Amino acid sequence: MKRKLRNTTRDKGPALIALGGLLALWIAASALEWVPGYLLPAPWDVAAAFATEAPLLLEHSLITLQEAFYGLVLGVGLGFLFAAAMDAWDLLYRALYPILVLTQTIPTVAIAPLLVLWFGYEMAPKIILIVIVTFFPVTVGLLDGFRAADRDAVALLRSMGASPLQVFRYIKFPSALPQFFSGLRIAAAYAVVGAVISEWLGGFGGLGVYMTRVKQAFAFDKMFAVIFLISAISLGLMALVDWAERRCMPYRNSKGEET
Amino acid sequence: MTIFPDKMEKLEIKNVSKAFEGRAVLEDVSISLKQGELVSLLGVSGGGKTTLFNIIAGLLTPDEGQVFLDGREITGKPGSVSYMLQKDLLLPYRTVEDNVALPLILKGMKKEEAREQASALFADFGLAGTEKLWPAQLSGGMRQRAALLRTYLFSRDVALLDEPFSALDTLTKSAVHDWYLGVMEHIKLSTLFITHDIDEAILLSDRIYLLTGQPGKVTREIAIHAPRPRRKDFTLTEEFLDYKRQILAALGQ
Repeated sequence: MKRKLRNTTRDKGPALIALGGLLALWIAASALEWVPGYLLPAPWDVAAAFATEAPLLLEHSLITLQEAFYGLVLGVGLGFLFAAAMDAWDLLYRALYPILVLTQTIPTVAIAPLLVLWFGYEMAPKIILIVIVTFFPVTVGLLDGFRAADRDAVALLRSMGASPLQVFRYIKFPSALPQFFSGLRIAAAYAVVGAVISEWLGGFGGLGVYMTRVKQAFAFDKMFAVIFLISAISLGLMALVDWAERRCMPYRNSKGEET
Repeated sequence: MTIFPDKMEKLEIKNVSKAFEGRAVLEDVSISLKQGELVSLLGVSGGGKTTLFNIIAGLLTPDEGQVFLDGREITGKPGSVSYMLQKDLLLPYRTVEDNVALPLILKGMKKEEAREQASALFADFGLAGTEKLWPAQLSGGMRQRAALLRTYLFSRDVALLDEPFSALDTLTKSAVHDWYLGVMEHIKLSTLFITHDIDEAILLSDRIYLLTGQPGKVTREIAIHAPRPRRKDFTLTEEFLDYKRQILAALGQ
């Protein structure tokens, strides 16, 4: 435990110092007026904007989070089904894998307006976009995990008369958890960004809509406030994934203590 | 047409042959195992021993020949005999208790009931107190014990052990042999044992089959008449060395 704590400090120390340096530079730039205030708002202006806009930001955040949540759940669910099917049938794997990779070469920003045209200004096009961007990392993570399952362990379970479903449940799925969570962490960050991008292109609420409004008003302090909020939400979601990962794989933590 | 084997035999392998892509691995292998007996298959690595085990376990189908358990044909049908490999294959994401109870859960037993049945045997296998640990927290010797207990819980009938102790260092191995002989005194598992360690084969077995050549054939059967319970110092007796000489001569070394 002790060693783990020290590792964390050593790992994060330089990053924290660099981050502090950037913040100091920003404060200096604003206080000494190196950059005019209408181009780069001062940190305290951003903080003030954040405080006054808090109720509005919360309202829009909830809409964005809702979209991100539905999109992520659907994307993960779909990714799971695809990965399981592609693992079970090699033909399906060979047929679909290139298409999966192909979908990743389509720029998100380019298809978002199309989705708006097809599905309107409500939540549907936003959720669909999030499904598209989150589906891939989850599917690929799970597929790699399933394929990395120990063949001997599978043979052992088969010798015990296990059904294919039991092999999946007791070997393949738990073996894929580490890769699944790596994929999920990326997907969670994509989900928030995906929601914001799709809101830019049309909608009635959400942080992306708020962003376009304050941009048109040249309210750079509010713009900065919402950018920081979006970052914080993404980080929060990633932390949530980390927490779930630790909960689902407690055996990983105890490994180091013994040796 | 079904052939009825001798009633005395627990497990009977009759005239099994197997080839992979035209290369014969096993040729006309017939071996048998009686109730409560420990029989070793001794031979060089790559001699088809593991293929034979996969056939007995039902994971592979032989080109020719049959496998019988209690006179019932089980050729190509997994799930009848328990199988333990050199790798302990304890699943890292399940506690020792849940690993050991897995075969019972696979058979449809409730988790709580399976755990209860498993923990009742932990003390007998020298595993008391390890129930809630992760496999990574156990030593190599303890992991093999847990793997053997899992094997035993799957079937108290017949166990196939494929070089179960060969990955252990000499001292640990010797301790595990002692422990194994002790456990076998009261669990009386009918066991077919693969090894390439002559000393291990003589120490543990009632009978030894020598499986040699390419393709693998049974060239010799040697009964070890030393009484049980055996102790580790049996390996230092003249009797033990006689057996060893016989085997070395038969292997042509």
